[in-house]
Amino acid sequence: MSGHSTYKPTTGLGKFMDERLPIVRLVHDSFVSFPVPRNLNNWYTFGGILMIMLVSQIITGIVIAMHYTPEATMAFDSVHLLRRDVSYGNTLQVWHAVGASMFFVAVYIHIFRGLYYGSYKAPREVLWILGVVIYLLMMATAFMGYVLPWGQMSYWGAQVITSFFSAIPLVGETVREYLLGGYAVGNATLNRFFSLHYLLPFMIAGIVILHVWTLHVTGQTNPTGVEVKSKQDVIPFTPYATVKDAFAMVVFMIIMCYFVFYMPDYLGHADNYIKADPLTTPAHIVPEWYFLPFYAVLRAVDFNIGIPFTDIVLIDSKLGGVLAMFGAIAVLFFVPWLDTSDVKSANYRPTYKIFFWIFAINAVFLGYLGSRPAEGIWIPLMKASTFWYFLHFIVIMPLLGWFEKPLPRPASITDAVLSKASSGGASQIDGAAAEPQSKG
Amino acid sequence: MKTVFKKFTTMISAAVMASGLALLGTSAASAAGYPLEKPREQDWTFSGPFGYYDKAQLQRGLKVYVEVCAACHSMNLLSYRNLGDLGYTDAQIKNFAAEYEVTDGPNDDGEMFERPAMPTDRFVGPYANDKEAAAANNGALPPDFTLLAKARAPERGFPTFIFDIFTMYAENGADYIYSLLTGYQDAPEGVDVGELYYNPYFAAGNALAMANPLSEDLVEFDDGTASTVEQQAKDITAFMMWAADPNLPQRKQRGFIVILFLVIFAGLLYFTKKKVWSDVAH
Repeated sequence: MSGHSTYKPTTGLGKFMDERLPIVRLVHDSFVSFPVPRNLNNWYTFGGILMIMLVSQIITGIVIAMHYTPEATMAFDSVHLLRRDVSYGNTLQVWHAVGASMFFVAVYIHIFRGLYYGSYKAPREVLWILGVVIYLLMMATAFMGYVLPWGQMSYWGAQVITSFFSAIPLVGETVREYLLGGYAVGNATLNRFFSLHYLLPFMIAGIVILHVWTLHVTGQTNPTGVEVKSKQDVIPFTPYATVKDAFAMVVFMIIMCYFVFYMPDYLGHADNYIKADPLTTPAHIVPEWYFLPFYAVLRAVDFNIGIPFTDIVLIDSKLGGVLAMFGAIAVLFFVPWLDTSDVKSANYRPTYKIFFWIFAINAVFLGYLGSRPAEGIWIPLMKASTFWYFLHFIVIMPLLGWFEKPLPRPASITDAVLSKASSGGASQIDGAAAEPQSKG
Repeated sequence: MKTVFKKFTTMISAAVMASGLALLGTSAASAAGYPLEKPREQDWTFSGPFGYYDKAQLQRGLKVYVEVCAACHSMNLLSYRNLGDLGYTDAQIKNFAAEYEVTDGPNDDGEMFERPAMPTDRFVGPYANDKEAAAANNGALPPDFTLLAKARAPERGFPTFIFDIFTMYAENGADYIYSLLTGYQDAPEGVDVGELYYNPYFAAGNALAMANPLSEDLVEFDDGTASTVEQQAKDITAFMMWAADPNLPQRKQRGFIVILFLVIFAGLLYFTKKKVWSDVAH
């Protein structure tokens, strides 16, 4: 895909290095001459935005760690003294906290873009799986980072989330004790979470390199879902994608700054302004907003699963909830094979398109349910919403490939672009070059 | 010993399961209905993109704190030097701090000693520790004031929380404290609150352990402002907001400059992008 390298060293030093460590060639091939489809829309800029967010989180995090004290009696105060007394400390700390939220905003858009345009389909299965691994690592990092300020929600969130592990049969309690460094959340927990919170972002960076590498092997998808076929279909990364990504990053940064400077607490929880107190349980423990859909899935399973008409319980409600929650993430790994359609882009899949949007709305609703107490009307809604989440992946996705009649696709990216340009840009592509998919 | 710990852990796990996972739904249920009344939204100088603190108001608020609230509530993260934000001179702050005693030491003889507080010292609280504070208040620990204006924020509910993004509403905590302080009333017929004091604005129940702390002319303001309950409540709330977020005005000013820069930068990039892409149909 990347084709042969077009880099030509011109200076003496350039030639010297190119024969020994061709790092400039690597950068040139990856970010200058790398061919990208000419028809990428703005939803494709979130990969670059996520890269910037990762760098931003690592830099602010390293500076915050210089002021932070990972000790149970001092952690809370050290964060607030950073906010109050250190020059630019307020901006720095809020930037890191809001940045975590915005990181997830970007990653969710990135994931949904992938689901819409079928970015996980051959030959990009490994690319997708690496992405899910990054997402998992992000969740672990964000969770441990949220514990560090040692507020009430930090502490009790840690209690709840680590208790998931005790649901594992036989070894669960032991796993949980190793995780906590004791029998309950305490100073040992804070120390190891701090250490891991510092480690994981670099592991993310490592997987990101693999993610980008696979992307550069397979090439990017595009809104038509038709693979690149000729040189006319692509344009060089620089200046085209560079300037487009830069514009998108700055727009994203404006939205982030709005929260950082004007609504720094909007995305957080007020209880985290109260110091962790092991003896006072908050009335209503909720995780950070980006975990809420999974929190709803967890609480949707409030029943034991056993052999019917007997009292034998195979999976109690606690283990069931935890399995469902991890299953909700694990199912993403199998998406490349659950989707049986050969057509990549939802633009040419009228039925999938409808189900995609139902899924998206359901996912947001699941997040809202995650913020509600598990009582009354909310429980059946959580169950229904969770049911649909799994139904979408496990039943709808595989079946659609067999029953859906896709629209005719353009012969090439260039065809699609030119017919769009000639018809004023508004109407659908009417190129009838591709045969409708006939399967099943 | 180990088994005792184990039992303790199991108990904690059970409590966490009950409340966190809400499998039993009991503790979550008790939180759902409160506060009975939503906070009443007030006009604050510190709201909006150009929010600032009114120094005269903060000084009045400090007076309310010192003369009324400080009898029970500490402000642990605040130092006397921070009062410079309120417009006091260094000499005034030094005198103010000197009215309090702090324990220092050990000195060269190995003894702890008492000395007047200095501007660099943290605010001296009314009690030696939390246990003493709770014991002196029938077991109800008066919360520290420093971050309270940010730590109290009743849920706004759907769809209000979405509109809040666009109206830049971030004064939930201040509105809550003001509403609580001016919200004491007689319990309605048939409602028994026992030793507590009825207040429909309280976030964790229909009544709280603190009696109505404010009353007409309780504090005499040096600038001649009429000392109504509403005025006292408003001033102490503004003071608490300042204590919780002393950098708020600088933060908002900084934000304005940063966002202005980014908007101009985005504009330039937009036209650059347009120019670069003008030769490619896409």
